[in-house]
Amino acid sequence: MRLNPAVARGAFRNVWVVAEVLSGHIQPVTHELVGAARALADVRGSEVWAIVLGSGVAGQTGGLIACGCDAVIVVDDPAFAAFNDEAAARTLVQLIDKYRPESVLCGATTCGRALIPRVAVLADCGLTADCTGLAIDPDNGDLLQTRPAFGGNIMATIRCSNHRPQLATVRPRVMKALDADPRRTGRVIREPLTPDPSDALKRVIEVFHSTETAVNLGDASFIISGGRGLKGPEGFNLLRQLASRVGGAVGASRAAVDAGWIPYAHQVGQTGQTVQSKVYMACAISGQIQHLVGMQSCDLIIALDKNPDTPMMQIADIAIVGDLFEILPELIRQIPAT
Amino acid sequence: MRIVVCIKQVPATNDASIDPETKRIVREGVKAILNPFDTYAVEEGVLLRERFGGEVVVLSMGPPKAEAVLREAVSQGADRAILLSHRAFGGSDTWATSYALACAIRKLGGADLVICGKQAVDGDTAQVGPGIAAHLGWPQATHVMQVRSATPETLVAVRMHEDGYDVCELTLPAVITVVKDINSPRVPTLRGRLASQKMEIPVWTPEMIGADTAKIGLDGSPTRVVKTEPPPPRNKASRRITGSPDVCAAELLHELRTRSLV
Repeated sequence: MRLNPAVARGAFRNVWVVAEVLSGHIQPVTHELVGAARALADVRGSEVWAIVLGSGVAGQTGGLIACGCDAVIVVDDPAFAAFNDEAAARTLVQLIDKYRPESVLCGATTCGRALIPRVAVLADCGLTADCTGLAIDPDNGDLLQTRPAFGGNIMATIRCSNHRPQLATVRPRVMKALDADPRRTGRVIREPLTPDPSDALKRVIEVFHSTETAVNLGDASFIISGGRGLKGPEGFNLLRQLASRVGGAVGASRAAVDAGWIPYAHQVGQTGQTVQSKVYMACAISGQIQHLVGMQSCDLIIALDKNPDTPMMQIADIAIVGDLFEILPELIRQIPAT
Repeated sequence: MRIVVCIKQVPATNDASIDPETKRIVREGVKAILNPFDTYAVEEGVLLRERFGGEVVVLSMGPPKAEAVLREAVSQGADRAILLSHRAFGGSDTWATSYALACAIRKLGGADLVICGKQAVDGDTAQVGPGIAAHLGWPQATHVMQVRSATPETLVAVRMHEDGYDVCELTLPAVITVVKDINSPRVPTLRGRLASQKMEIPVWTPEMIGADTAKIGLDGSPTRVVKTEPPPPRNKASRRITGSPDVCAAELLHELRTRSLV
């Protein structure tokens, strides 16, 4: 709501994380956001709360507390068995009204990006989409929300000084989860779902989880990615062979996907997936900004290119100057098959 | 069936510049196009009208030159177009934009369905569609990849998710946002183009749509862009490996093994 003499900034406290629940399970992005929220709350001397709207989720609060939450609000109701934008938004607005958080974070997933704009309107709050950086003003609690726009060519920082709470969706796999500490303690608060006549206006009649999208680059610890320099779909066979030797996954630049050499599910970057693997090996990927924003938080970046001066070769931790068609077969030969 | 399709004019390239005062994107002097996702929204509206009759109204908020994208949508098959344009709308964030569009939809006498593209390629927020739904109090389905069936009262939408899809039945009126998989937009006919050039496009002001001026424009926007900058450079003191293929491969493997990564 808009701050005014009757609604003071100081009435809002704590950082909330709206859990991402898919088929009854809390998703990793939630733990990442709890990690980010912990850092923000510590600056403000406040608490981290997770809000779990789901069906059969009551048993999963321990993991959230172990990774940094001080409190977890659970609304466990069959209405949340599938993603229910309207009921979830209404419930969040009621909880915001009751408990008055200072900031609310949610994963920038298809669900989060549908849900939180609805909350922002109903609760009269500012919302920043798809943040990749978060900081907090220690004095007044203003979130400094950084996000890429224009395909990553511009980083904008957004502040929302006159409204509370401040809402942000945060890109998955950018923030880091804390290590779980089972000794941590926290409170669990049960809240009911308040039914509403409008619930009859939408019902989910089928849910399909694909195993096909198990290209899941998000979970891979070693990614070998290829770009235009692979020269064709056959080039990806080398990457697949290397990936199978190191237990990795294959990624691709937009140029390679647009050329039809490999399906879109492999695409890394602003319009593809954001990845945060331990190793990211870019083979003949020049490193346009729209690709870099999707992989630059990987731990170790290796670039392999004939051209030593590409942006990717500049940002890499290890830059190998050479022909991938000569070096990759040699690498595959030198790594024993397991 | 009255279908309102909300569309946006966006810069043709991602080489954006920023107004130092408002910190918002400079749109003058940059070639502008119809947001690519919105062409799919227009096509879906036209497809539904062809089945159920009624009209497709395209609606945009922007400077006067944004009427170009409305004409484009008309050439693609929309029946009429309305532009929300007034200095007081300037600087609106997604909250204020969705409020203004919702006011205009009410002023039209409502709609059975509102269709938006998944997101605009300049801001990439994807927030205006759900925002309109919230302002109108209607149900919503985002990332719609297929309209599986529809009647004048209901619509069954297939929503894309990261790990698959789900199917939901919406009671109309409702708002959907669509992804590129949903259809293949038609190429405008010459006749359509000519008709679109002649069409009168009414320009609506905040007063005409009954908008509360405290809720539009920069002042009505909860968010403020306080800084814009190029992304941080990531120049590192990187380790360079050169030499014959077997030497390069061996040195890389050594680096990986010392880090216990293979």
